[in-house]
Amino acid sequence: MKEDTMLKIENLHVQLEEEDKVILKGVNLELEAGKVHAIMGPNGSGKSTLSYVLSGKDGYEVTDGSAALDGEDILEMEPEERAAAGLFLAFQYPVEIPGVGNMTFLRTAVNAQRKLRGEDEMSAGDFLKLVRAKAKDLKIDADMLKRPVNVGFSGGEKKRNEILQMAMLEPKMCILDETDSGLDVDAMKLVAQGVNALRSPERTFLVITHYQRLLDHIKPDVVHIMADGKIIKSGGPELAIEVENNGYADLLGEVA
Amino acid sequence: MPFTPKRTVKSPAKLDLTAATLAHVPSFDGLGWADKARAAARARVAEMGMPLGRDEYWKYTDTKPFTNVDPDHTGAIAATDVFGASGAVTITITNGKVQGELPVVDGLDIQCLSAAADAEIHWAQDTFGVLEAAGQNNVERPLAALTTALATEGILIHATKDVTQPVRIVYTTDGGQANVHHVIKVAPKAGVTILEEGLAGARASTNMEVAVADGARFDHLRVLPLDAERTLSNHCFANLGAQSTFRSFTLTPGGQMTRNEAVIDINGDDATAHIAGACLGDGAFHHDDTVFITHDAVNCESRQVFKKVLRNGATGVFQGKILVQPDAQKTDGYQISQSLLLDDDSQFLAKPELEIYADDVACSHGSTSGAIDEDALFYLRSRGVPHAHAIDLLTLSFMAEAIEEIADDALAETVLAFLTETLEVRRA
Ligand SMILES: Nc1ncnc2c1ncn2[C@@H]1O[C@H](COP(=O)(O)OP(=O)(O)OP(=O)(O)O)[C@@H](O)[C@H]1O
Ligand SMILES: [Mg+2]
Repeated sequence: MKEDTMLKIENLHVQLEEEDKVILKGVNLELEAGKVHAIMGPNGSGKSTLSYVLSGKDGYEVTDGSAALDGEDILEMEPEERAAAGLFLAFQYPVEIPGVGNMTFLRTAVNAQRKLRGEDEMSAGDFLKLVRAKAKDLKIDADMLKRPVNVGFSGGEKKRNEILQMAMLEPKMCILDETDSGLDVDAMKLVAQGVNALRSPERTFLVITHYQRLLDHIKPDVVHIMADGKIIKSGGPELAIEVENNGYADLLGEVA
Repeated sequence: MPFTPKRTVKSPAKLDLTAATLAHVPSFDGLGWADKARAAARARVAEMGMPLGRDEYWKYTDTKPFTNVDPDHTGAIAATDVFGASGAVTITITNGKVQGELPVVDGLDIQCLSAAADAEIHWAQDTFGVLEAAGQNNVERPLAALTTALATEGILIHATKDVTQPVRIVYTTDGGQANVHHVIKVAPKAGVTILEEGLAGARASTNMEVAVADGARFDHLRVLPLDAERTLSNHCFANLGAQSTFRSFTLTPGGQMTRNEAVIDINGDDATAHIAGACLGDGAFHHDDTVFITHDAVNCESRQVFKKVLRNGATGVFQGKILVQPDAQKTDGYQISQSLLLDDDSQFLAKPELEIYADDVACSHGSTSGAIDEDALFYLRSRGVPHAHAIDLLTLSFMAEAIEEIADDALAETVLAFLTETLEVRRA
């Protein structure tokens, strides 16, 4: 393993627990600290599945391979342990939780992670100051902070709320699953600004997207193409432009 | 075909149990207003008979803990302090006796039954045992009549102004049986807020009769104690005048055997009745909400919202009825009873009923049993919230609709904070 590897996925094979369907068929990825990697690929190729398996969702069985965060095997960890270890997934479809205030949720999450890491809780005052500042950057108003988590939020508001959580939790490995879908042009800029503000030599991003548009704002270092449960090609930012212009047909043809 | 009252079968077993029960009930030959009402209540028990498992209203809940002539519940119940900081005046009832002086509040005449009962006449006598007796018309509730007969203590409140400062009743007990009977009369345009916490006895039976006059307001919040070892039977009988509002909410965070009955008669036009409850059941826990709301006036609204979160074999019961009489046009009736089952051993038994004899009404009811939403659970855990904590957040999420029924925001916050703390302690 290279000195500065953040996330290393080797030969990852995953199938559904309930049925005999294989979804990931040997994924290999090595993401360095401080870098932005993008994954593109046709619908159903396994991008969201990869993000779920990395963050520990039930229902998937890893039949082969490994995934290590900062040298530590994460596949045996509980989802909350992975979060405390610094992994964050911005969901493609954020979940609504009626009756739990967004602010309460954020504070519970921040302090739960601190506790799992053996750190002190953040004081109510410090938390409030921080969340207000970060929410303001993302144009999330006080009302949205008070409302129940994601309930009645528009599609774009939900995605901005994911970025707010990421900004508050300060993970070192951020996976963004189609955070650009459902965003208008201005919201996409806001989200990109939010992400760019978090870029640092100690933090790595894995951005799943279908569109070059997002990558205009969040400049990737490496672009991967996933098809049928495998990474079939990796390259520089120009690969995303190629997809935008020509679709996947050529790439899929090359491999076949 | 109008509503036909339900009468139970007077089986030999019922007659035997009734005789054994009445052997412990005095004959009340005193001349005071209260003894006359008690003698009448005793006669009602004799006529109706004590409840048995075969009775329709006792299909889901074991009658024995309530009817056992020699109960062995002797443990003390730990006191709580949920509403201590609410600014309420407090009345403490210890081992079934009011302690100290009763508070004096402008607009409220506050008395206790033990002191008022010997008078020849009293303002409570047109209500004491009267609403309970009326509540027997539709469905027999012999436990309530027995409580009217046996209770020697209770709080009598006559509200003549709209008083926002709550009256808090705190129960403490060293154990044993206790019977308490409250009467709340709210004069036209007056209002009162009653907070209750604790338990009168290890086996406790409580009646509350509430007469809400035209344009009056009644708010009621009750938090039952955590102790597992106890049996509780509550009956609330309410009568609502025109443009009056009635709201009652009960939180049951623990306990072994609880039956909360409410009989609400809406007799005046444009009145509103909301009754809600939330409970947290664990292990040998059985919680029964039995509600009967009768709409007998025009343009009234009623809501029943009950949420139960159950685990480790706990049982929840809901029997809720909305009866809309022929002239009760423009009735808006809503009823929801839901359970969140945290494991396969727990169960929820629900019998929602609508019986409607008017044609221009909007009534809806729903009853569901569900498991934890796995997507929401994963979402919370992926943010670093540990499994057990995430379940508790989803528990609060599930109960939110019931807690929202508490009209006063500060009191709702107080209940939510207590519930959150209870969950934290349970988790630790
Ligand atoms: N729980 C599940 N049950 C059944 N099929 C599943 C499940 N999870 C994933 N799949 C299937 O696995 C495949 C990969 O799905 P996944 O959501 O990972 O694709 P994706 O690359 O994220 O697609 P999109 O671009 O549309 O978001 C699809 O065929 C999908 O139907
Ligand atoms: Mg996807």
